[in-house]
Amino acid sequence: MESVIVKNITKVYGKEKKIAVDHVSFSVSKGELFGLIGPDGAGKTSIFRILTTVLLPDGGEASIDGLDVVKNYKEIRSTIGYMPGKFSLYQDLTIEENLNFFATLFGTTIQENYDLIKDIYIQIEPFKDRRAGKLSGGMKQKLALCCALIHKPNVLFLDEPTTGVDPVSRKEFWEMLKRLKQQNITIIVSTPYMDEANLCDRIALIQGGKILQMDTPQNIIKSYPDSLFAVKANNMHKLLPFLTEYPERKGSYAFGEYAHFSFNGNPDVSALEKYLKEKGLENIEIKNAEVTIEDSFIKLLS
Amino acid sequence: MENKVIICKGLTKRFGDFIAVDNITFEVQKGEIFGFLGANGAGKTTAMRMLCGLSKPTSGEANIAGFDVYKETEKIKKNIGYMSQKFSLYDDLTVLENINFFAGIYGLSDAEIKSNSQSLIESLGMQDLADKRVGSLPLGWKQKLAFSTAIIHKPEIVFLDEPTGGVDPLTRRQFWDLIYEASGNGITIFVTTHYMDEAEYCDRVSIMVDGRVEALESPSNLKKQFNVGSMDEVFYHLAREAKRGE
Repeated sequence: MESVIVKNITKVYGKEKKIAVDHVSFSVSKGELFGLIGPDGAGKTSIFRILTTVLLPDGGEASIDGLDVVKNYKEIRSTIGYMPGKFSLYQDLTIEENLNFFATLFGTTIQENYDLIKDIYIQIEPFKDRRAGKLSGGMKQKLALCCALIHKPNVLFLDEPTTGVDPVSRKEFWEMLKRLKQQNITIIVSTPYMDEANLCDRIALIQGGKILQMDTPQNIIKSYPDSLFAVKANNMHKLLPFLTEYPERKGSYAFGEYAHFSFNGNPDVSALEKYLKEKGLENIEIKNAEVTIEDSFIKLLS
Repeated sequence: MENKVIICKGLTKRFGDFIAVDNITFEVQKGEIFGFLGANGAGKTTAMRMLCGLSKPTSGEANIAGFDVYKETEKIKKNIGYMSQKFSLYDDLTVLENINFFAGIYGLSDAEIKSNSQSLIESLGMQDLADKRVGSLPLGWKQKLAFSTAIIHKPEIVFLDEPTGGVDPLTRRQFWDLIYEASGNGITIFVTTHYMDEAEYCDRVSIMVDGRVEALESPSNLKKQFNVGSMDEVFYHLAREAKRGE
C-alpha cells in the first residue's frame, strides 16, 4: 500500500523564479524507510515542507495516506510527525515540558504512546528537568525525535537529522530508526551523507531540485556502468593529477586513502601501472574497487 | 623551531567544574594538513577558539604563528584565516564587496585590497560574477570564494571548521584540491570534519575524546595502531569510549 504519493511537485522561489523543486515524483510504501540523498540546496527541505503542509507547491500534487497536502492539510497534520532540520523545540521548557506540550497539542499523553518512544526517551530521561536550550546536540536530537513521535504518527518526516553529527552518534541514530521501522511507521529521511543511503530501503539521489536516480541502494550500485578501480601510491597528492592526465581515463577522483579510477574502453591495469611508474611514483597498488552510493552520485553529477 | 606554526603545551580550558579541554599538547608543521577530529562535545570548538585567540586558556601554553595566545591575540588574528560552513560570507553583499570587507578586516591596506581582490577574482575565473550577490551563487562557488577570502591576506595558518558539511561529493573533492594547493604554497591547514574519507587526506590526524587528544598520527599509522582498515573504524574505536557524551 502506498503511504506517500508525490506527482510532479514543483516549487519556485522569489522574483528570480529560482526552481527549488523541479517536477519531482515518487511514492513510498507503508512501513518503508525512504531516503532523499543530496547536498544542501538540492530541494530536500522544500519537498519536506510541502509534504508536511507548511509550504504550498507551485505545481503538481501530493498525498499522505490518501489525504491531499493542500486540501486536507488539517487532517494530515495530526497523522504525521515532522522533525525539521533546525532544532525547533522550546529552549526555555525542560525535556519533560516539551514532550508534554507536544503530546497535549495532539490530544494525547506521554503515557498513552510511551512504548513508542521508550527506547529513545530512557536515554534522556535522567535529564528530564533540564531546559532544552541547555542540552547537547545529541540529546536535543533525541528529544526532537520523541516530540515528533509522541502522537503515534503514520508517517515520520526527518529532515537531515544527522547533519553535523559525529560518526558515532550518526550510527546510534540510524539504529533508532531501524527499531522504529519495525513498528510499521513509514519514514522519509533526508541526508547529505552518502554512506547513510545503504541504511534505507529505497533512496532518491537528488540534486538541483531533480531526482537523478531512484531505487534500492543495492540496485543503484548494481547499475553502475563502469569497472571501478582503486589506486594508491606513495604520493597521493601527485597521483591524482597524473590520473587526470592519463589518456585512457574516463573518471578519477580521491576516495579516502585510495583514488577511484575508471578506464575508457577495456581496462588495462598493467599499462596504467607502467605509466604511473614512469611518472616516478612508487608502491603502486591497483585493485578492483567496490562501488558505493557516493561513486554513483559522482557519476550522475559528472 | 621556526617550522612549527602551532605549538601547544598542556593547554586547558575550564568552565567552572567542567574541563572542556584537558591538557592537550601537540605541534603542527608549516604547510602541514592537520585534521582535528572528535565526537560532538569532545572539546574541538573550545580548543580551536583558544588557538585562534578568541578564548583565554585556563592554563598551559600555546604559540600560534609565533605569537602567544595570552598576550598577542590581535597579532594571531591577523596571521590566521578562518572559515566554517555555517559562517563564511555575507549573502547580501556582492562577491567583490565580500572580498573587500574581509581583506579590510584582516588588515590589508587599500592598495593591497585592490590588487589582491582583483587577482583573486581572476584566479577564480569569477570576473562576470564580481557584482553578483553571494546569496545567488551555487554552493560550490560560495565554498571556493569563502576559502580564497579566508587566505586573501596570505596567513600562516587557516582554520577550517567543517568546511564541507552538506556539500555534494564532487564539490567536496574540488574543495580539497584548493586545500592541497594552499598547503603547497606553505599555508598550514587546520581542519575539522565529520567525513572520515577526508581524514585520509590529512597529513596527520588528532582525535579528541572527552577533552583530551587520544590519538595523533598519520592516517596510515593510526590504522596500523588500531589494527583496522579505515579511519571510520579508528574513530569509532576511540569515540565510543567517550564518557561525557555530548
